[in-house]
Amino acid sequence: MKSKSTGVRFWIGAILFLAAMLAATQVIRNEYPFFAGYIILQFVVLAVAWSILGGYAGYVNFGTSAFFGMGVYTAVFLVKATGAPLAVQIAAAAGVGALLGFAVGLLTLRMQGIFFSIATIALTIIIETTVTNWRFVGGAAGIQIQRPPVTPPFDTYVQMLFFVQALLVVLAVAIARYIQRSWIGRGLQAIKDDELAAECTGVPTLRLKLLACVISGALMCAAGAPAAMYFQYADPSSAFNLNYSVSALAMSLIGGTAHWAGPVLGAILLGVTQQFLAVTISSEVNVLILGIMLVLFVVAAPEGLIGLIRKIGNWRAGRAT
Amino acid sequence: MALSLAVTGLDAGYGAVKALRGVTLHVEAGETVALLGTNGNGKSTLMKCIAGLVRPQRGGLSLSIDGLAHDLARLTPEAIVDLGVALVPEGRRLFSKLTVSENLMLGAFRKAARRDIDRNLAFAYETFPVLKDRQRQLAGTLSGGQQQMLAIARALMSSPRLLLIDEPSVGLSPLLVSQTITKIGELNRRFGLTVLMAEQNFNQAIRIADRGYIIVHGEIVVAAGSVDELQDNDIVKRLYLGGVA
Repeated sequence: MKSKSTGVRFWIGAILFLAAMLAATQVIRNEYPFFAGYIILQFVVLAVAWSILGGYAGYVNFGTSAFFGMGVYTAVFLVKATGAPLAVQIAAAAGVGALLGFAVGLLTLRMQGIFFSIATIALTIIIETTVTNWRFVGGAAGIQIQRPPVTPPFDTYVQMLFFVQALLVVLAVAIARYIQRSWIGRGLQAIKDDELAAECTGVPTLRLKLLACVISGALMCAAGAPAAMYFQYADPSSAFNLNYSVSALAMSLIGGTAHWAGPVLGAILLGVTQQFLAVTISSEVNVLILGIMLVLFVVAAPEGLIGLIRKIGNWRAGRAT
Repeated sequence: MALSLAVTGLDAGYGAVKALRGVTLHVEAGETVALLGTNGNGKSTLMKCIAGLVRPQRGGLSLSIDGLAHDLARLTPEAIVDLGVALVPEGRRLFSKLTVSENLMLGAFRKAARRDIDRNLAFAYETFPVLKDRQRQLAGTLSGGQQQMLAIARALMSSPRLLLIDEPSVGLSPLLVSQTITKIGELNRRFGLTVLMAEQNFNQAIRIADRGYIIVHGEIVVAAGSVDELQDNDIVKRLYLGGVA
């Protein structure tokens, strides 16, 4: 019964969140909060998606930027070839991401630990090189993209993208939450803890890892698709920037991977800090801060914010008795 | 229930290293069969082959259930668990960061086992009462003996018919070895579980075994039809009992 009531609370929370985001686009006139907020929401999706494979199953994926970039370029390709609307771009990107996740999974998931991670970095480089040499989508020089007229009730295109990214956040979190609480999540956790033991108990390890890779890939690609319209421009070195991989990983680890809320908290914390620093100091400082925070958390709170919150909760409960 | 495992002419190895050469053995329903041998002779590799974790290079691995033969060499580890074969791996391999009850739940990962979760859980706790008292404790913090019991209990959660136990005595004190072996004997006698047990502790293993095999350098050198026959064997005397052959 308890799980049913938390389910209701979760969906009420999700609807309130979306309503608040929608209301914000109607009330706030200044465009800047949506510019910054879009980036933060995008990182929430990436971190949650990363954590499905990297957190639950413990397979550290450095290929976030490959999936993100594929999302961007799926959108670019569709816009240039057919002028498809935003919803189609995102759906197509999710499909491409799922296929790419499946292919990458088949090729790399038999490797474990650091070998898997290295293989995913190689993947990023291969895909980026391919796109760089693909004239149709602009090659190394990049490509300009014209935004179509905005759909009401939104006043500007960025506000609309902001709300679309908020929808993706809810979708990603709902999926991550479902996985965490189902047998899939238990199986992934078993893989993370001891893969051989998982096989002994009949966990279909390869199939579960593939599933995680497909879902994670689809979400990452979907998160990347609106970026083409957001920047009105795409080029390989920014779309496939390794920064996306590092950020998604750092945000998940800093937030904590034991619970779906971890990557959400981590992405908000780091995303807001980065946006703040970009305005006040410089965007170059971001990377430095990211590194320092990652080191601090790995040393002081290896279980991330979620672990820290639980520890404080336990400590309080212990003191109360 | 008719069940029989037949291994015929099995070769297996890792890269260029051959761990098993022409291994032939069989286990029939209701038996406890001991696979004896010292470290590094291929006991674990054989257990892993039967469980589908290591693919044999040559030879047959057939499990027949009620007259229906299954070729284990072509099945995935999870499909083999579905057939009712559960491996208690060497060194226990528990999910150390999960609790006792979470470990047991993962033992029932297969769909067929999930249906019987309540019954199997009750059975596991009845067989190993100490686990019931420690349900919420992390598996990694249990004592060695308790960990071995949890490893066996986790295997029981999949409703097995054939239990493969790899080196249950490893890392345990003599008293605990004796207790663990007694428990395994009980599972066989009282609940009719068929057991294939790899063990290097000869004297403990033959307490509960009906018969046994001795494996040396990846080859079966003795296939004894009874425990007496094992004890009288010259190779056994030389290897285990300090006799001069």
